[in-house]
Amino acid sequence: MTISSAASTDKAGHSVGPPLWLLAELTYRCPLQCPYCSNPLDFAQTEKELTTDEWVQVLRQGREMGAAQLGFSGGEPLVRPDLEELIAEARSLGYYTNLITSGLGLTEAKVNAFAAAGLDHIQVSFQASDPELNNAIAGSRKAFEQKLKMARAVKEAGYPMVLNFVVHRHNIHQMKDIMSLCERLDADFVELATCQYYGWALENREGLMPSKAQLERAEAEVNEFRAQLEASGSHMKLIFVTPDYYEERPKACMNGWGSLFLTVAPDGTALPCHSARLLPIEFPNVRDTHLKSVWYDSPGFNHYRGDAWMPEPCRSCDEKDKDFGGCRCQAYLLTGNADNADPVCSKSSYHDRILAARKAADHATVGIADLTYRNAENSRLFFKS
Amino acid sequence: MANVLRFRRGFRFQWEPAQQCHVLLYPEGMVKLNESAGAILQEVDGERSVAELVAVLEQKFPEAGALANDVCEFLEHACNQHWLEVS
Repeated sequence: MTISSAASTDKAGHSVGPPLWLLAELTYRCPLQCPYCSNPLDFAQTEKELTTDEWVQVLRQGREMGAAQLGFSGGEPLVRPDLEELIAEARSLGYYTNLITSGLGLTEAKVNAFAAAGLDHIQVSFQASDPELNNAIAGSRKAFEQKLKMARAVKEAGYPMVLNFVVHRHNIHQMKDIMSLCERLDADFVELATCQYYGWALENREGLMPSKAQLERAEAEVNEFRAQLEASGSHMKLIFVTPDYYEERPKACMNGWGSLFLTVAPDGTALPCHSARLLPIEFPNVRDTHLKSVWYDSPGFNHYRGDAWMPEPCRSCDEKDKDFGGCRCQAYLLTGNADNADPVCSKSSYHDRILAARKAADHATVGIADLTYRNAENSRLFFKS
Repeated sequence: MANVLRFRRGFRFQWEPAQQCHVLLYPEGMVKLNESAGAILQEVDGERSVAELVAVLEQKFPEAGALANDVCEFLEHACNQHWLEVS
């Protein structure tokens, strides 16, 4: 999310502000099998989901602390029968409520019932601009048609329309078609987000990462489309998130560890981001810890606050207040130590691993059918009971 | 000045006690507003014209003098950002 300030911007300091963004991952259950899913590889071993009452407690505690944006995500949040009840509770507490959905399981009746409960926004995700590719990537035969239908229903009900496309080497050539489709659907915001390589997407990186040439072409197409939109006074806003693998400096991940974002996973584990449970760090659970204590006192959330933890090259780097050393999960996954600089940084001694991935992307031959799809069967291969 | 402005659908203006400021919330985003931006947007109700908003604000903040220029400039910015639209 973007947070900008019309007044003064807070300095990246050491006092801990409130978690302004609460992400409620209601479930890991999902009818789709996208091979770049951000859920953990071993999601199938996750224990019991939080109950309705437990979620209500989380929402109340978060709002009291100052959380203003609330995302309902998953998995597919629509599989929770208490979603409408949670929306109503969240809205009455004053949250801006976002539903992040595949659109599968959504009906016009639900779209309207959620609006009546106070839902502010529904984001529908697509996998491609045509049914064949969309359904192949989603691992579902009827997905595309349903998504189109629901996107129209969302617009009709008066919600702002946000469409999300995860972009990778197998659909990046469709960029123009994707943007035209969004314009036809009268989208207000369009997120074209290239895969971030964690969990399932890292497992499938070679089959997902676009080549430099693909990326440059897509960027040019997006810029051209954006200029046309601007010239016509359109309200549609395009956001293109390019892969950090083609950068020389890391992203300021989550705007800093434990700085704005608080994720609660389906089983109640509280995390500074939705990937962080892969780190060898102990995180508290909202079942037995008040959210305030989770945020301000827990060793997990304090682990990478400030910069005292930084080794070189971050420690003496004059950009450390800007990017916070990048992403801890990426550092851990690519270097084996989460304290290290994010290897996206050209100052990292592991930067060659990024360069190798770029090179691989120039020659990759992995087809769509060769990807590892996100489903319970494949998930069980990632843990042994 | 005769235009009547309203918040675009999906944009919500509210006071946040934890941040001690007004904010504008929209899909997955938030703008923290400074005092004057908050004071202006507080008057946007989809019914009164810009001229009327200026009059209300001048009455509310007599020490600030004539406000038409500043208010219009800010409202134009808010329209360009698509936070507001002509109703």
